[in-house]
Amino acid sequence: MDGLIWISLLSAAVSAGTPLLLAALGELLCERVGVLNLGVEGMMLVGAVSGFLTAVATGSVAAGVLAAILAGGMLAAVHAFISVTLGANQIISGLALTLFGTGVSSYLGKHAIGVPLPVAVEVFPIPVLSAIPVLGDILFRKDPLVYLSYLLVPALWFWIFRTRYGLNLRAVGESPDTADTLGINVIATRHAYVIAGGMLAGLGGAYLSMVYTPCWIENMTAGRGWIAVALVIFAVWSPPRAMLGAYLFGGIDVLGFRIQTLGIMVPSFFLKMLPYIFTIAVLVVFTAYTSRRHALGPSALGKPYERE
Amino acid sequence: MIRLEKRTSTSMAYQVFSPVFSILCAFAFGAVFLRVSGFDPVDVYVRMLTGAFGDLYGWAETLVKAIPIMLCALGVSVAFRMLLWNIGAEGQLYMGAFGASWVALSLPEAPAVILLPLMVAAGMAAGALWALVAAIPRAFLRVNEIITTLMLNYVAIYWVEYLIYGPFRDPSAYNFPLSVPFAGAARLPVIGDTRIHAGIFFAILAAALLVFVLGKTRWGYEMKVLGDSPEVGRYAGINVRLHIVVALCMSGALAGLAGMSEVSAIAGRLQHGLSPGYGYTAIIVACLARLNPWGIIIVSILFGGLLVGGYSAQFIGVPAAAVNMLQGAMLFFVLVAEFLGRYRLSLGGSAVEEVG
Repeated sequence: MDGLIWISLLSAAVSAGTPLLLAALGELLCERVGVLNLGVEGMMLVGAVSGFLTAVATGSVAAGVLAAILAGGMLAAVHAFISVTLGANQIISGLALTLFGTGVSSYLGKHAIGVPLPVAVEVFPIPVLSAIPVLGDILFRKDPLVYLSYLLVPALWFWIFRTRYGLNLRAVGESPDTADTLGINVIATRHAYVIAGGMLAGLGGAYLSMVYTPCWIENMTAGRGWIAVALVIFAVWSPPRAMLGAYLFGGIDVLGFRIQTLGIMVPSFFLKMLPYIFTIAVLVVFTAYTSRRHALGPSALGKPYERE
Repeated sequence: MIRLEKRTSTSMAYQVFSPVFSILCAFAFGAVFLRVSGFDPVDVYVRMLTGAFGDLYGWAETLVKAIPIMLCALGVSVAFRMLLWNIGAEGQLYMGAFGASWVALSLPEAPAVILLPLMVAAGMAAGALWALVAAIPRAFLRVNEIITTLMLNYVAIYWVEYLIYGPFRDPSAYNFPLSVPFAGAARLPVIGDTRIHAGIFFAILAAALLVFVLGKTRWGYEMKVLGDSPEVGRYAGINVRLHIVVALCMSGALAGLAGMSEVSAIAGRLQHGLSPGYGYTAIIVACLARLNPWGIIIVSILFGGLLVGGYSAQFIGVPAAAVNMLQGAMLFFVLVAEFLGRYRLSLGGSAVEEVG
């Protein structure tokens, strides 16, 4: 393979990894504050369909993106109410969110199947940066949503690890009792980040239906929401590692198509299995590797907080 | 003063209240949704109800759809009892269908007395092995089984697709993705003119067996201890890893049996779209029935009816996904019901002592 193929493969990996990255960043925020949200798949699907339908109706990409963010946030608010306010089982609530979101998205998207998106999200090469050999082609000839995801990674890292808000956020996720004693409103903090996480998942879904594909197909996320949940574990709850992981998984996703175009004879069904098998393999190897050291992740993850 | 108080016990009445409350709330929510999207909710619900339970044909089809839901829900309930979140029943169903089809297609000449038991065994084994792929990492490395079981669903479905487009494809079906049809001996018997098949006895037998194992055996008792508190179980010397593996494999075997009965009795061949998401519906059913095996049988019939009623509602243009939406909403309301069950409104001073 010559260099050009590698560059196009890596560039495609970044595009395929962007919805994963957005959703994983959202889940990361949510888990950092101590709430597990297994509804990512559902929020992405509803984000994808709301974004698509709004863009078709208004002819505006920005309106579509906004609708997807709002839809993701609204679904996450339901999860926040049930699991944080009512203190219900977070796993079941998240599963409910995914099942409900899958149903709602198919319901709403019934008449959107086969409809073309009237507006395209333009590629916008960044001056100077896009002229860098290799890296410029891989990273800086993308659409604005990809650039937004680049900015989100350091911004969230800074927010979580270098600001007072981030300190509160981590305190609520590690030890809600202590946080409460310090005067942090645990319930409100959890609500805020769960909803913010849902907004990012919705945005990730919109990227799929409005940029990556771009069209609406039922269940088009095809497990990406779940891969995003796995990515957060792989990323050890750190945004830069989530970015690395997202592009790795994006790469596996596009590898399947590339192998076919190279004329290597593997039944396409096996290539389609790749991202799922890869996720399991990474999760097993990574868990085996980290569990020998110490348990990772926010200590209060998955536990409802109830004031004594 | 009105305030919320914690209940000390959950009453028998609550066992019934929870599913009834959840279902009614979901339908009320669905009515709003239907109204907003331009349907008359009363008309839709009446159609659904008469479609599913209005005549003998409706009842028969409802039971046909309920059978795989029963088996999958009984399966996931075994895992859920130990707080193992097997959400891979869908994939385990497909693998069970594969196992049974493989036997049926390999032994086309065998008589039913040999073939059917072999297909049951192969279907259950394939489902159990598929669950084992997630069970071993879960038991020995604590790898999150929610993600692995879910990922395996996609792999199983692509595996079946590969087979029906490739090695199992019926050459006389041209390019349709269908396997060679099974011989008559590989078909489970049905009741009368209906499509209700022997799978319903598998489900009832499985429920009875679960009630017995969970209530009357040491194994069941140990499962209960582990479900309540894994730490206590560990201190009591219970082999936690073995229990995890066995529970997940039992779970997978029951889902595999659902797959076997679907290919053997309904499809008569391995084909595309064997399940409209029975494995996911099963999660909701198990939660609604609060993991009670007989409760699962009853709730499954209701959900079978929901699917059949959903087909009736499609005649007036209601998307099939409305049913999935209702199901998902029900699971939310189960959690709300649980909250109301844990607490209760009390007026004034201390609440009256709960009986039951």
